[in-house]
Amino acid sequence: MREQKTVDVDIKRRRMLVAATGVMGAIGATFLATPFVASWEPSERAKALGAPVDVDISKLEDGQLLTVNWRGKPVWVLKRTPEMLATLDKVESELRDPDSNESIQPPYCKNNYRAIKPEMFVAVGVCTHLGCAPLFKPDPGDADLGSDWPGGFFCPCHGSRFDLAGRVFKAVPAPTNLEIPPHHYRSATLIRVGEDPKEGGQA
Amino acid sequence: MSDVNKPMPERGDTPDFAKPGSLLHWLDKRLPLVETWNEHVGQYYAPKNFNFWYFFGSLALLVLVNQFVTGIWLTMSYKPSAAEAFNSIEYIMRDVDWGWLIRYMHSTGASAFFIVVYLHMFRGLLYGSYKQPRELVWIIGMLIFLVLMGEAFMGYLLPWGQMSYWGAQVIISLFGAIPFVGPDLAVWIRGDYVISDATLNRFFALHVIALPLVLLILVFLHIVALHRVGSNNPDGVDIKKVKGPDGTPLDGIPFHPYYSVKDSVGAVAFAFLFALVIFYFPEGGGFFLEPPNFEPANPLKTPEHIAPVWYFTPFYAILRAIPDKFLGVMAMGGAIGVLFLLPWLDRCPVRSIRYRGLSFKILLTVFTVSFIALGYLGTQPATPTLTRLAQLFTLGYFSFFILLPFTSAREKCKPVPTRVTYHG
Repeated sequence: MREQKTVDVDIKRRRMLVAATGVMGAIGATFLATPFVASWEPSERAKALGAPVDVDISKLEDGQLLTVNWRGKPVWVLKRTPEMLATLDKVESELRDPDSNESIQPPYCKNNYRAIKPEMFVAVGVCTHLGCAPLFKPDPGDADLGSDWPGGFFCPCHGSRFDLAGRVFKAVPAPTNLEIPPHHYRSATLIRVGEDPKEGGQA
Repeated sequence: MSDVNKPMPERGDTPDFAKPGSLLHWLDKRLPLVETWNEHVGQYYAPKNFNFWYFFGSLALLVLVNQFVTGIWLTMSYKPSAAEAFNSIEYIMRDVDWGWLIRYMHSTGASAFFIVVYLHMFRGLLYGSYKQPRELVWIIGMLIFLVLMGEAFMGYLLPWGQMSYWGAQVIISLFGAIPFVGPDLAVWIRGDYVISDATLNRFFALHVIALPLVLLILVFLHIVALHRVGSNNPDGVDIKKVKGPDGTPLDGIPFHPYYSVKDSVGAVAFAFLFALVIFYFPEGGGFFLEPPNFEPANPLKTPEHIAPVWYFTPFYAILRAIPDKFLGVMAMGGAIGVLFLLPWLDRCPVRSIRYRGLSFKILLTVFTVSFIALGYLGTQPATPTLTRLAQLFTLGYFSFFILLPFTSAREKCKPVPTRVTYHG
């Protein structure tokens, strides 16, 4: 029975039909997959929540760290003392990217202090390794971090170390310095995080 | 349908319930019930020398059922939103009748799952169950292990505690280490620029629908693939080579009633221990449920010391040991990926460790010690000394896979018997 039937099967025609259907089906499947894949992207609402935040620094004392929420991430504002600033030059040889060539910061913060005003350090408090929030460990020779610890930030998750300008030390898992967000001074005591300074504005 | 009327093993005639006119007979004409039962249970011949190690396959199945049932019940009271998730867990624990028990059965069940699966996998290593002709059984099993890790990871986000949040933050950031597409991929997985409500909600969908379905299909394939080639045994002997006059292996016994009864004993013993943990140590000393997870997620503050749940710590320790983001992620992925290749890395024809040479015994010991040591180190803070140790044990872990192809090719093995033996 079966063999009799196959005698007049047009193999070419079948192949052509299978190939044509396969190609069309694949194209269709790609189109169909698009909405499913794209629906995992951040929604319009999530994108809209990226508004800048203003930080009042008038009550910030020397050596004090303030954490604010910007786009769901911790942003630090640290008022560095002259002693803290003095450590920055000393540690340069121990850093992976002392000049911040591989790191993310606005051009107006690409300097040794990684800041607009040397004493006022603004950074995204998210470790560039795997996204934990590093701890503020300002005291030199911290008991947990060893006698040669100059003061800086320490990530409790995987042990990455950063100096007081958020620059990463060598031989730790984090690849780059902490990110500096776009920010500018609206007045002497008010920082706006999430927005670049306007042309000719106060940087 | 002549099969139906064949005598069943160990019994004289066709039992009454399968005779023409019976309900089973009617059903069997329409669904291959008797055939399937015989092939996989009633006349599935398993080696008669199974030992303690052979409990863990059926126990994994038991825990799977536990996770399904308790999981379904938990979804009845759980709210998958960032605003409500943490409180809904507290609601389950305090206000829902018996909610605490169902939740502890589920959370402790996750750890139990990994305990039995790790022991099940170790059994495979001991007796060479990954070797020809069971390569596919091993690979499907590894896929089950992968999906299980995904299930556990996504499930751990759902209580929306501190450890849920920061654990997910770290693991999703792993994808960010992939060159070029990494950062966009991480955003795509999260559905946001940080772990958020969107992430929680999609993890819930994957945890309760998508991955359990995949898991179920893989478990089905794992068992069908195993029954196609037959079970291995502590001697690594192929029992199909020596058959009796009735065509069944002389060293084989039907799964039912022999191993169904044996496994029931194992299931009861397991249930006893499981109940003990649920009632007296449901948090497993901070290993099954970690203390920071009793605080609601705070995106601005990482807990002082974060560590994954114990079953991820060996791989986590490998990640931490490598002082480079990309290479660390690669090493961690490689530590799991290389297990898939094991059937081809091991070139020794002898399966069971009972007849294998010294080199394999040494390598397996180094591997096992390294795995356990890494598991411990992954729970500890990353001090310089412990990081050095983790690097040492990472080397130990990988040396098993790197050296095995060379040592196994020229291994001096003992002669393997033709029939199974009994010792231990």
